[in-house]
Formats: sequence, structure tokens, C-alpha cells
Amino acid sequence: MDVLLAIGTRKGLWLARSRDRREWDVTGPLLPLADVKAVAIDTRRGTPRLLAGALTSHFGPSMVISDDLGRTWSEPDDAPVAFPADTGEALEGVWQLVPGPDSEPEVVYAGVEPSALFRSTDGGRSFSLVRGLWEHPHRTEWFPGGGGKALHTVIPHPQDANRVLVGMSTGGVYQTSDGGGSWTPTNSGIRADFQPDEYPEFGQCVHKVAMDPGEPDRLFLQNHGDLYRSVNGGASWEPISDSLPGDFGFPVATHPHRPGVVYSFPISARTRSPEDGRCGVYRSEDSGDTWTGPGDGLPNEGYYSAVLRDALCTDDADPAGVYFGSRHGEVYASADEGDSWRLLTHHLPDVLCVRAAVVG
Amino acid sequence: MTGMAVTVHLPSMLRELADGAAEVTASGETLGELLDDIATRHPTLERRLRDESGVLRRYVNFYVDGEECRRIGGVRAPVGRSTEVMVIPSVAGG
Repeated sequence: MDVLLAIGTRKGLWLARSRDRREWDVTGPLLPLADVKAVAIDTRRGTPRLLAGALTSHFGPSMVISDDLGRTWSEPDDAPVAFPADTGEALEGVWQLVPGPDSEPEVVYAGVEPSALFRSTDGGRSFSLVRGLWEHPHRTEWFPGGGGKALHTVIPHPQDANRVLVGMSTGGVYQTSDGGGSWTPTNSGIRADFQPDEYPEFGQCVHKVAMDPGEPDRLFLQNHGDLYRSVNGGASWEPISDSLPGDFGFPVATHPHRPGVVYSFPISARTRSPEDGRCGVYRSEDSGDTWTGPGDGLPNEGYYSAVLRDALCTDDADPAGVYFGSRHGEVYASADEGDSWRLLTHHLPDVLCVRAAVVG
Repeated sequence: MTGMAVTVHLPSMLRELADGAAEVTASGETLGELLDDIATRHPTLERRLRDESGVLRRYVNFYVDGEECRRIGGVRAPVGRSTEVMVIPSVAGG
């Protein structure tokens, strides 16, 4: 088994490969100087395709593809992700790249800043704006969170290609069940403590959403304050973070095979870092009712970094690997579903995203 | 496209997008028309210089015969037979 971990950072992309998920061969920086917020490993083709969003402060955003597991990268001549002229908008960055469902092997979604969804039907070489969401009457009321006004989460339904969930900061969660033509906000129960109406129809600062792949109606959502669960496809949400050591966070990730297993990196709202400087990934095996952590091998004192919304992930192996990268450039890996952890690499720039998959 | 061929000098970090060339020639009567012309032959290079709505990248400076273009009309800055354009990234980043 050969596992690839892609690590997007504030200044470039690193790739790590391992046969045993203990010893890693790390290469980089690729795409030097680029702010890499989004990486995808599309395993639906013979040789997995890597896709990355790359933003440089001087030369703007781009999107690149590799069909040789990162040895070479190419950028299509025609801008892969660009706003149509009639919108008057310009792409500020790609925040999310997600392969579509298995039934649509050439479909790839891109979530971008300013908040919009794009869809590719040629494996990610070209994308079209999803007009139904762009023209939603709520759009003018979405405003930027601290990181920008971005659509940062895209979750295609694994069994119904017409269903897609997106998450925005701010804006909240919206879903379509007709292939993107119409979109409905699904934020019932999610708190927005930064405005007078704390339970609005939309406008929440959602940080990340993860779907339970075995039970797609079960969703987990890390909000700007508290972690939430939905058991009805997002129709309603309930907080599940009471027993976690932190009332804030950015990422949330689900297990690739085992229903009800979810991972969180809780932090303090007051410090935006782990409570008492104790680094921990917490795992629930009962959909968030109870949690275990912080995991053996992680720093248990003096750790005042955070893990950003896309910087925690699982791979698709069995047992599952779990990975996270921090704002101070450390990457940790677990080969045993989060029981124990090893430092994979360190001294990188701020880690913005990680994605892992079995590639051989 | 009308206008005379104008030499556009590129910084080293952009040359790979112009097949390694340190400079390209482009035709037009304004800076914007030069970029339109560049887009036909080197589309990925042009995307580094302005966004899809036609706005010049904020941290890229275009010196038209030594004058930064934003002081002489931006993309409407006129260019002529002997004009030289230098593309120079501004001081930014950390």
C-alpha cells in the first residue's frame, strides 16, 4: 500500500509518500510561493489526479493539475476557474476542490472566493459557474469572515448526483437537490453569536462540514463556536461539543469506512489555540455523544497553534490514517485511526490543507 | 489588432509562461490592447498580469517608457512605435 499525503501551505505544496504510514518521503516545496488552500486527490482514475488551487500575492489565483502524482504540473491555457464576464467579478482564490460522486467520474467541484461554486465535467480542466447558487437572492447578504468571503466546503452526495451541500463563511449551509438549479439554506439550530438574531435562516459562520460516508444524512459541522450534528441531512442541527475541551475549532473530519466515527481538533474561543496548550485530536465513535483524546504522541503542553478548516483529514485505507497540519508548520500522522500519533514533518509554512489517499 | 509591435520585458519568474523568453512582442495602441494580444499567444502569462474582469493585478507594475502605467491611464495608457514596456512585480509578500 502506497499512501500519498498532500500538504498545502501558505508558501507552497509538499507531498509525502509512505508504504507503512510511519516512514515518509517528503518532497517540496512544489508551486513555490503559492498559497495552496485547496488540494484534491481524485482516485477515480487509473493514476490518481492531483488538483491544487494556487494563489500568489503578485500574480493572482490559478489551478493546476498533475497526472503523475506530483512530478509535473500543468495549467490549462483557458482559465480553469474564472467568473463569466457578465458577473463583473474576478476570482480571488480557490478554497476547495472536490471530486464528484463515483457515478460522475469526470465531475469536480470548486468552491471559491468570492463565495461561488464551480463545476467541471472534464476532470477539473475547465469549470463553469453554478448559476443557481450565484443568483440566489441571499447572496448579497453573505459577508466575509476573518479569512475572506469564501465557499470553502463542497460535499457531493455519494448516491444522488443531484444533491450537493456547500458551506460558506459567512452564509452558512446551502443544499441543492436538483443538480444546482435551486438552493435552500439548511442552518436550523446553528448559532450565529456575532449578531442580534442568533438563530437566523442563513448567515452563520460555518467553518467546516463533514458527511458520514456510510450514512450520508448524518453530518457534522464545526461552527464559529461549537461543533454540531445533523441526523436528517441538515434539516436541523444540534450541538455536540459539551464534552470536548474547547468551544471553538475549524476542521471536522469523518472516518472513511466506519459510520459514526468523527474527528475534531477543539480549541478555545478565547485564545484560538488548544486549551491549556495541550494539543489533541479527539475522536468520537458514537456520532459525537462521547469523545476520546487527545491521542498518544501529541504535545501535551506549550502548544498554542491552531489547525485550520481543511488541515485535518483521513485517508481511505483500512485501518484509516488520520492527519493534521498546524499553523506553525507541523504535520502529524496517525496510522491507527487516531489512537497514536507521530510527527511526520515540521518547519513548514502555515499548513492550510491536507488530503490523503491510497495511490498504489 | 492594430498598432505597432511593442516590446514587453518580463521578470524572470514569468518567463516560463512565455516559452522561456525574457521579452515578448505585442501589438496594440494601448497597454490593454497589448495584453489582449499577449492573451492570444500566452494565455497563462496574461492571467498573471490581470484578472478575468480586465483589472491589472494589484502587485504587478507596468512601466511604459519608464512611467508606471497607473499614472498615465492604466490599461488605457497609450503605446507607440518605440515604446518599451517593463513588467516588474512590486514590493510585496513576506
